[in-house]
Amino acid sequence: MNNKTKVFTLFALALLPSLASAQDELSGANTAWILTSTALVLFMTLPGLSLFYAGLVRTKNVLSVLMQCFSVAVVISLLWLVVGYSIAFGPSESAYWGGLSKMFFNGVVVDSMTGDIPETVFASFQMTFAIITPALVVGAFVERIKFSSMLIFSVLWTLIVYFPVANWVWGGGWLGQLGLIDFAGGTVVHITAGVAALVFAIVLGPRDGFLKTPMMPHNLTMSFTGAGMLWVGWFGFNAGSALAADGAAGMAMLVTHLSAATGALTWMIIEWRKYGKASGLGAITGMVAGLATITPASGSVGPAGALIIGLSGGVICYICTNYIKQKLRVDDSLDVFPVHGVGGIVGTFLAAILVSDSLGIFSGNGYAQGMTMGSQLGVQILGIVVVALYTAVLTYWLIKLVGIMTNGIRVTKDEEQIGLDITDHDEQGYSM
Amino acid sequence: MKLISAIIKPFKSDDVRQALSEVGVNGVTLTEVKGFGRQKGHTELYRGAEYVIDFLPKIKLEVAVSDNIAEQVIEAICSAANTGQIGDGKIFVTNLEQTIRIRTGETGDDAL
Repeated sequence: MNNKTKVFTLFALALLPSLASAQDELSGANTAWILTSTALVLFMTLPGLSLFYAGLVRTKNVLSVLMQCFSVAVVISLLWLVVGYSIAFGPSESAYWGGLSKMFFNGVVVDSMTGDIPETVFASFQMTFAIITPALVVGAFVERIKFSSMLIFSVLWTLIVYFPVANWVWGGGWLGQLGLIDFAGGTVVHITAGVAALVFAIVLGPRDGFLKTPMMPHNLTMSFTGAGMLWVGWFGFNAGSALAADGAAGMAMLVTHLSAATGALTWMIIEWRKYGKASGLGAITGMVAGLATITPASGSVGPAGALIIGLSGGVICYICTNYIKQKLRVDDSLDVFPVHGVGGIVGTFLAAILVSDSLGIFSGNGYAQGMTMGSQLGVQILGIVVVALYTAVLTYWLIKLVGIMTNGIRVTKDEEQIGLDITDHDEQGYSM
Repeated sequence: MKLISAIIKPFKSDDVRQALSEVGVNGVTLTEVKGFGRQKGHTELYRGAEYVIDFLPKIKLEVAVSDNIAEQVIEAICSAANTGQIGDGKIFVTNLEQTIRIRTGETGDDAL
């Protein structure tokens, strides 16, 4: 690390008093809230996202999707122990990764601290983010992926895409040093997952009969249940990202909730006007769009700003969902890119504007010292472009590599016809 | 004996069951089926993916009755299942050769 970066890091650390000193006294209140948030964010994957996704596939694949999300949680947890935490949050002086010194949680003991919370709590909280990100990607390749390919891909992808990007933005890396606003994972979680999903869907190809034969969600009540869990769990995701039980957490929770509601209402109104009816799936999709869009901005904007974020997320994600499916005919089966990827991009971009404290009722918390709307927009766009490109390129080559390792990533046409519950797991989701 | 199969709208099944009891029918077999007829299907829309649903859900009732009440049974089904709309369904009547009650071995009208 050269001197310039060193000075920059020190400067950045000075701005983050809660993270700066390892000698801080433990805050019981903050610790309790992050413990709770950790459970909430894990709950988003198990079973929130799992149920949300599982309801959207056909009966013959319900178990395979639950199993994919569950398995991701299992393997990524262990990967986090082995090397993930170290790469993302290790103490290396590099601005690109955290090094290997904290492999197997080396040196993390009961008394280790991150800011004023125990390091174990911080590491567990961050682990749940590492779990949900590859679990989101699952939506792109459901109903046709080999279980082995999917597992290997998820592990390697998290290793070479998620962990480094988490370091760049949150672990003291170069994007964080530049002042990128990404409170809870617009770039780290939603853009990486969304872009990976799009690339995966293109490389893998559509499901047999895509847009020709009906592939209706087999159980929207299941999806509604999962959607509700996601909404609730997102309080931990965004308000927990304050890493404290304070006003910032309170504001993050409030704006998160408002954006979710606005996104849902926006999607309902669009469908209502266009087709004469507001669909349930549309409402919950709009909710997720609102949540994904507010994520990067949830530590910066005010309640009225959240309204703009939710509205923008709802409208733009809606347009992209239809465009990708009907015009580009890409089978990103559960719309991961148009909802999460696009939501993440829109939110990361809008954060640069709505953080401003001179927008009247729509004001946010104000810019960091030395930042203007122009310079902040520049940093945000740089973050979006670099993270998207990095993810796209590595995901593409990784899919090719996994294809070689597992002799093709896709099940046979016959297996796809029968359904992955039977062909991959020798089980059925339902016995009725 | 006659075997009467009726395809009806699902929400009419309770009305038809009531009407059949009133004319002395002691047993009915009911199946959830799907089919198409003159009633057009409908379109379902999932996040911009549009699917035309041709096969509509219906209920199929099967009743075995003795010849002397067959006409009454048919009328009962007709009036109970009628809404006046396309899609009310159809009734198929066939001759039934034999009926056997498994428990007692009774045959013919005695087994109905």
